[in-house]
Amino acid sequence: MRALVIDDSRAMRRIVGSILTDLGFEVREAGDGRQALDALEAGGKEGWVPDLCCIDWNMPVMDGLQFVSAARANPGYRQVTLMMVTTESETGQIVKALAAGAHEYLIKPFTADAMRDKLAMLGLLPEGVAL
Amino acid sequence: MTLTATSFDWVRQLVHRESAIVLQPGKEYLVEARLLPMAQQRGLAGVSELVEAVRTRPDPASTRRIVEALTTNETSWFRDGDPFMALTGTVLPQLLAARGPNERLNIWSAASSSGQEPYTIAMLLSDAMPDAPNRVSITATDLSREMVERTRAGRFSQLEINRGLPAPMLVRHFTRAGNGWEISPTLRKMVHASECNLAVPFPRMGPFDVVYLRNVLIYFDLATKQAILQRVRQIMRPDGWLFLGAAETTLGVDDNWERVVVGRGSAYRPRKGN
Repeated sequence: MRALVIDDSRAMRRIVGSILTDLGFEVREAGDGRQALDALEAGGKEGWVPDLCCIDWNMPVMDGLQFVSAARANPGYRQVTLMMVTTESETGQIVKALAAGAHEYLIKPFTADAMRDKLAMLGLLPEGVAL
Repeated sequence: MTLTATSFDWVRQLVHRESAIVLQPGKEYLVEARLLPMAQQRGLAGVSELVEAVRTRPDPASTRRIVEALTTNETSWFRDGDPFMALTGTVLPQLLAARGPNERLNIWSAASSSGQEPYTIAMLLSDAMPDAPNRVSITATDLSREMVERTRAGRFSQLEINRGLPAPMLVRHFTRAGNGWEISPTLRKMVHASECNLAVPFPRMGPFDVVYLRNVLIYFDLATKQAILQRVRQIMRPDGWLFLGAAETTLGVDDNWERVVVGRGSAYRPRKGN
């Protein structure tokens, strides 16, 4: 399994990245939505398409919501599961993200168990990871 | 001070007497971890001090809290998804075909902890059948009074909500309440929570069409498991369905159940003629 972690905070990328690495994911990082689209495009050329994107909401250049809309508009990324990982926690925001095409929504702060639960639900736990 | 052998034995006996749950030797760490908050709350140096204080001057409130702290477990939404997928995929269509159009469906979530399981069932059924709020009654029971009250309130912290609840269901069935979330009144009315100690004869309830008795038999000794399964059978409809935890089975415990494969998991049904 492959994951792209998109967050402008390096510390947060490291936290999310290490949880995913522990769960058996191969992880790449991007610092904003624009960089993430570039990473998807560059990855596509070398056959590296992620199974999962973990997306922060508030980022410079291109925010998480704009990234979700842009990624959804590209049929090449139809298989990629988009999960918002953000402190934004109002019902209206979650609805907005889902309407834009996000599949899931994890609110910060969260535990490694919460991430694992979400991935299990999405059928994204690599083989051999015990629940 | 770490937990002494005497303290651990006393806690083991208390928990077994009050709940029939067996704490195996080697579970000292569990006792330490679960009772530490209670010790700290009382300004005591550690768990041994707490146990000694309660042991020498037992009072019902303290012993109850100790038992509750050791018998309640963290729980998540859609925990081990298969028994829930089986409910809407297989069980519900069969029950609706077998029952009259106005007949109520009764579901029991035994050992329901803070309510994630009964509300997961309520969400699934109300999404699958529009008349669920009027037709389905979900009985949620737990040994712990605190858990029963939490289930009745239907309020969950952000951290609890994060544990496996799909975002579309969150926005459909919950509203924000302070730092947490509250289940919709319609779903809350489907769930009836009460205290129930599985180890002793059940209060009057049922008959149930579906029983979720998951991840709780593992804590009991064989004789208690057998007694519980027998009592469950007595309050179930003859064509009812029983779901156990993934690591649990009736095989070798009680032969009056038939194991059936449902989706990727299994369920148990009362054997005919019993």
